[in-house]
Amino acid sequence: MGGGLAGLMATIKVAESGVAVDLFSIVPVKRSHSVCAQGGINAAKNQKGEGDTTAKHFDDTIYGGDFLANQPLVKRMCEAAPGIIDLLDRMGVMFNRTPEGLLDYRRFGGTLYHRTAFAGATTGQQLLYALDEQVRRHESEGKVKKYEGFTFLSAVLDEAGISRGICAMDLRSMEVKTFPADAVIFCTGGIGAIFGRSTNSVVCTGSAQSALFQQGVDYANAEFIQVHPTAIPGEDKLRLMSESARGEGGRVWVPRNPADKRPAKSIPESERFYFLEEWYPKYGNLVPRDIATRAIHRIVFQEKLGLAGQQAVYLDVSHIPRETLDRKLEGILEIYEKFLGVDPREEPMKVFPGMHYTMGGMWVNAQDQATNVPGILAAGECEYQYHGANRLGANSLVSCIFGGGLAGPAAVKYAKNLDKGADATDASVFAREQKRQESRNQDLISHQGNENLMVIWRELGDTMTEHVTVTRINKNLEAADAKLLELADRFTRVNLSDRTKWSNQTLNFARELGNMLLLARVVTLGALARNESRGAHYKPEFPDRDDANWLKTTRAKYVDGEIKLTYEPVDISMIPPRPRRYDAAK
Amino acid sequence: MAEQKQVIVRIKRQASPKEAASWEEFALPWRPSMNVIICLRDIAENPVTRDGKKTTPVSYDSNCLEEICGSCAMLINGKARMACSALVDSLEQPIRIEPLSKFPLVRDLAVDRQFMFESLKRVKAWIPIDGTYDLGEGPRVAPEVQEVGYPLSNCISCGSCLEVCPQVNTDSKFVGAAIISQVRLFNMHPTGAMHAKERLNALMQEGGIQDCANAQNCVKACPKGIPLTESIAEVNRAAWKQALLGWLLG
Repeated sequence: MGGGLAGLMATIKVAESGVAVDLFSIVPVKRSHSVCAQGGINAAKNQKGEGDTTAKHFDDTIYGGDFLANQPLVKRMCEAAPGIIDLLDRMGVMFNRTPEGLLDYRRFGGTLYHRTAFAGATTGQQLLYALDEQVRRHESEGKVKKYEGFTFLSAVLDEAGISRGICAMDLRSMEVKTFPADAVIFCTGGIGAIFGRSTNSVVCTGSAQSALFQQGVDYANAEFIQVHPTAIPGEDKLRLMSESARGEGGRVWVPRNPADKRPAKSIPESERFYFLEEWYPKYGNLVPRDIATRAIHRIVFQEKLGLAGQQAVYLDVSHIPRETLDRKLEGILEIYEKFLGVDPREEPMKVFPGMHYTMGGMWVNAQDQATNVPGILAAGECEYQYHGANRLGANSLVSCIFGGGLAGPAAVKYAKNLDKGADATDASVFAREQKRQESRNQDLISHQGNENLMVIWRELGDTMTEHVTVTRINKNLEAADAKLLELADRFTRVNLSDRTKWSNQTLNFARELGNMLLLARVVTLGALARNESRGAHYKPEFPDRDDANWLKTTRAKYVDGEIKLTYEPVDISMIPPRPRRYDAAK
Repeated sequence: MAEQKQVIVRIKRQASPKEAASWEEFALPWRPSMNVIICLRDIAENPVTRDGKKTTPVSYDSNCLEEICGSCAMLINGKARMACSALVDSLEQPIRIEPLSKFPLVRDLAVDRQFMFESLKRVKAWIPIDGTYDLGEGPRVAPEVQEVGYPLSNCISCGSCLEVCPQVNTDSKFVGAAIISQVRLFNMHPTGAMHAKERLNALMQEGGIQDCANAQNCVKACPKGIPLTESIAEVNRAAWKQALLGWLLG
């Protein structure tokens, strides 16, 4: 389920093993959110003579994640990364090259090495296309069947609680159908829509994760939400300005004098405050995202140095030669130019932090991406495994491909070891689930209420963005949870403005929103409970990391209609935790 | 109090492929940096026409909202373009919004572009790797090859180039510029070149490159600035060469 990088990689692996695979996706898979990844993909290939190693990549990832990730699988991912780059290279990805025809590498946040392979500033798009092409090839050979334009509604669980397939809705005919499957791999991405506006795509609602959570799949570390330091604010979405802009030498600054009305270019160096470089001399503009985001918030909200009193700072690449910018960053600079009508090669960009990535996600085991419900696996951004309390830039693409690559063969192995497959499951199990989902649709469509979906969504987004992103204060989190309960109550009185039965996007969004409201509570309650600051989770009331009490994974369960938080230890068997500081070399 | 500035939008509505189309007009409150997607979301929140008639939210495809997923192509003031990057302030009002006309309609502004994905299968637009197991690095690629190939691989399958092509119509099976350009991309890659012949052969069948009549609308319509006419010329040369060779060698 899901056709982004993780889903496509899992599909390829299953197809290669000769087992039949059905690939479901809301959008044609080539339009999945992975296309939005910009800057690159990390692998310690050490092609710049810096002595980079996979061990250093592993250490940077664990340290960047503030020691919350279980370590063994992260180590395996970092060791696998160079091979993943080779594979993508063989698939024909148009990576940028050095003059001798080898892959070029750039720097990214949270590391001192050139470790990031890239294809312009649209690396995610290029990788997704490569995998999409391979899946299309398998499809043309009859090994893969695609169901594009289908949304996931629920898992089909038998009496023993084993997954026997899925219940999905055809987004054109609005028909609800069940599909038997011995194993299902979920690769359903992030949850940006819960925050209203984010850098995520429209389909990134977390609806599938929430539906599964309500059916018993545990959800881990929900409170860890990455807010990217540099996005362009917009009413419909926050458009990402990749970390690669800083990787290629871009600098973040504000005028030292907030009343300075001069155009940016005419402000002399000495009157510019390069606050990241001053505060973090070792990493400078390439501190990890949580650090950079908090620094920008401090500049704007405490130091009152935002541009013209607004919530914005400069991200400046105008000192970099135009030819270099066009070769390495054109994709993102075009976005800025198109949406704001200003050429960032000439003028510094105005940016502000925006919700970007979901570190938490469905709980999976430490071996092979299996969730706690037999027959359900998860890979990619929708699971919690690889990034701890903060993801490093350019690690998401590698985690998607690695996780998908693990999940595919694991699903095959699980399916082959089943005593009785989905086909032997009683038809009544499927019929019951289909009926349940059909009546849910009927309820929503026939309801005569006075509440508006879009209004509830906006209030959800505003609440989550204000209280559950960069700075978290317990009394605000309590207020946010009360608001979420109020919204869930109002949702029961929602009145759909479209009651037709063909391509009804309103009905689909209503189903998603219902699920979003619940998952938002999992995030909020996780944040409320965690009285420490770690990675992206920052509480001024508890400003320090507290390993004695909180070096543990939050594992939310859904029991009798209630969210229950449980905790389990983090596997720190390989790198002992140490303080995380970016103002000095680690 | 100054009167609230409005945005007037006219949308072609069609509830399903079987039903008749009609136009509806909406008056929306203007805000800075509005794009067509924001207009459609405003309507979803309050689906009432300018003359006060209740209607349904508009069906349309969208996803990334930053012109890289290819979903939201539609006709805006008669021009095929992406709705997310269509800024209201740069558009003449009333803004007329219609679905792409060369693809089967689903509902309102949503169309079915499966034809493009099927065409990609037809021309084998992929590198046929032996498997995902470790076989070391790929071939070296000269930077100048990458600099030509990368822009070609930016194609988002939005369908704009097919929409504006006079050769794409109900009587033709023409695959269109995007697909031809993908053949160029794969045929220039060192591994892809080993299978160039197959792709060229596929483009010499019905609906292939010979259907191009050189109108050159495609290159102007491409939101990604892909040099489509250059690709067509290049692939055309290669196809002729291959056809001639085949004829000479009997």
